Amino acid sequence: MQDFTRRALLQGGTALAATGALTGPALFDFARAWAADSPWKAESGAKLTVMRWKRFVPQEDEAFNAMVAAFKTATGTEMNVFSESFEDVQPKASVAANTGSGLDLAWGLHTLPQLFPTKVLKMNDVADYLGKKYGGWTDAAAKTCKLGDDWLGIPVATNGGYMTYRKSALDKAGFKEFPKDFPGFLEMCKALKANNTPAGFALGHASGDGNSWLHWVLWGHGAYTVDQNDKVIINSPETAKALEYCKALYETFIPGTPSWNDSSNNKAYLAGELYCTANGISIYVGAKTDPSKKELTEDTYHALWPVGPIGKPTELQLALPILAFNFTKYPNAAKAFIAFMLEKENYEKWLSGAQGYLTQTLNAYETAPVWTADPKNAVFAQASKRTLPASGIGTVGEKAATAIADFIVVDMFANYCTGTKDVKGSMAEAERQLKRIYR
Amino acid sequence: MADIAVAPRAKPQIQGAWDQLKHNRNWLGFWFMVPAMAFLIFFLAYPLGLGIWLSFTDTRIGRVGHFIGTENYEWLWDDSIFWLSVFNTLLYTFVASAVKFAVGLYLALLLNEHMPFKALLRAAVLIPFIVPTVLSALAFWWIFDSQFSIISWSLRHLGLISQNINFLGDTTWARICVIFANIWRGVPFVAITLLAGLQTVSPSLYEAATLDGATRWQNFRFITYPLLTPIIAVVMTFSVLFTFTDFQLIWAMTRGGPVNATHLMATLSYQRAIIAGQLGEGAAISSAMIPFLLAAIMVSWFGLQRRKWQQGESND
Repeated sequence: MQDFTRRALLQGGTALAATGALTGPALFDFARAWAADSPWKAESGAKLTVMRWKRFVPQEDEAFNAMVAAFKTATGTEMNVFSESFEDVQPKASVAANTGSGLDLAWGLHTLPQLFPTKVLKMNDVADYLGKKYGGWTDAAAKTCKLGDDWLGIPVATNGGYMTYRKSALDKAGFKEFPKDFPGFLEMCKALKANNTPAGFALGHASGDGNSWLHWVLWGHGAYTVDQNDKVIINSPETAKALEYCKALYETFIPGTPSWNDSSNNKAYLAGELYCTANGISIYVGAKTDPSKKELTEDTYHALWPVGPIGKPTELQLALPILAFNFTKYPNAAKAFIAFMLEKENYEKWLSGAQGYLTQTLNAYETAPVWTADPKNAVFAQASKRTLPASGIGTVGEKAATAIADFIVVDMFANYCTGTKDVKGSMAEAERQLKRIYR
Repeated sequence: MADIAVAPRAKPQIQGAWDQLKHNRNWLGFWFMVPAMAFLIFFLAYPLGLGIWLSFTDTRIGRVGHFIGTENYEWLWDDSIFWLSVFNTLLYTFVASAVKFAVGLYLALLLNEHMPFKALLRAAVLIPFIVPTVLSALAFWWIFDSQFSIISWSLRHLGLISQNINFLGDTTWARICVIFANIWRGVPFVAITLLAGLQTVSPSLYEAATLDGATRWQNFRFITYPLLTPIIAVVMTFSVLFTFTDFQLIWAMTRGGPVNATHLMATLSYQRAIIAGQLGEGAAISSAMIPFLLAAIMVSWFGLQRRKWQQGESND
């Protein structure tokens, strides 16, 4: 038996994973072999309470739960997993950090570990282990989790959003491919409107959609809320240019975008009223799983965000880091679980389950089967590489998170686009609010 | 009696005091009040006091704050979004309450008449009030959706408009829509309560007035209205309080948008305190609602004390 075990199983497991069949007993065997070999041995009688965000793709959740079950069997660690909606993850993690109890692991959004750097377990060894094994971490992913040389958490994945459009509408408007720069993008939106096949991007309080495309416009013009030293620099000629550009875009949009929330563009696109928007892969997945939308599915393509005048990608993608609290009684079990999730045998299957909703932060997974399973998924593979941290060029952390949550950039653009305020007034209001947050 | 019973025993002082507490009738009353008091203190006074205290600190979610005096209020004083939310709240409360009163009174008078299926109709009026607020808000959200509005759809198909009406995307329209939704929801409460008030008016008064040759308008003006005033005062106080502190309708329909045009103080407070994590500032916004609410209560409180309100115009 001794000879048969680990290596054979690991190899067998890898082969199986490639065909997407690492389930049931095979997964448990892999988990057992992995646990025997892992640098982190779970403490005996370990018990982990894990909070994660509530899933959007059922298959992703299934893959996650399968990993949890395998880890439980292999290490004897008792796992208590529960999910919270996006908005509730951060407050609950903060309270746990504050009271020093209740949670061992928290899988959250943006730069969660930066909010309480003194309350988390340093993950340097886990990050080293995974980074060496899987071709290193992407820059933005590392930035969301690192403070100096220390890893405050592990960037598990990125939730990418990309341009989602109807090819037939672009063809009709005379665009062979999706524009790659800002002027081209504006031309395309104008042409789409002329053909009565408009584009539309949320200008309302849509925490995901609104923030991501408006920060892209802002950053693309070289404008930022704060500089490297967290000095507020929103009131700048670059911001004014971004506002003008955004207004020109807004005039080509389908009516009603100032009232949109995160689900509005999905609905309008799937109903065939909207022909270009930016979104997670959920629109496409939604169309694909609906047999009555076959035509729309075939006509739907994804593209990278065009690059702004500053000449490099300025996307805002949603980072999803996990952290362990330093008051956990079972630090080794916590580290083992995190490392276990990101091993090839688990991770690729998990990515496949998420169908493009999750993007890897480790370079080696660029070749994961999910990106070739459907060629239209491929764009999303770059989410972790082309994004800036949520803070832009400023320091990551609580203040940047607050500015995003309070819709400061969104309101600035909406104020100008809808004609509520002029350029100066919109910038001044945002500046005043930012100065308070960054006081 | 008590004195005679206690004196011969001559217990030590403390024992005596304790006995006093146990047997004295005044203290007995106090003991009976303790549960209710505890309830009020823990669930009303304490949260209210805590909220006010938080508004003087820079507390964030999950972190204890420091006392910063009136800094939050000073900041809000110059915050145009805060003042916009105050304006929105006042507009929302004033327009919605006035319309709710007018429509509610009208409905109550109608339902007070004798007509077929009276009981059924009275029950039907209550429906908007029974439906959970969030559900009706979601329904209105769809009705006023910028792409899928049934109103836009119908008008378009009738050929009356060529483009969807931008209900929730245009500031004026958005305000009209949320106020309409609030009215729809609030009218039954006003109507049914006023109807209850109408039932207490003795028919003999109308008979007497009719014999004296009073018209229907005079009946209403000099009998119904004066007798109804105390109820109106109570109903409108509640109606104003509910409307002023409304949260669910706005949050489900617009989240305060477009461009903060429908942000009420309650929704802004939630956005700043819970979503953005600045508990102190959010608490300051909600504490700023207290003077307005107190004013509304005072009006009805002092109004209810006055005979003029209770018994009609000239009887001061």
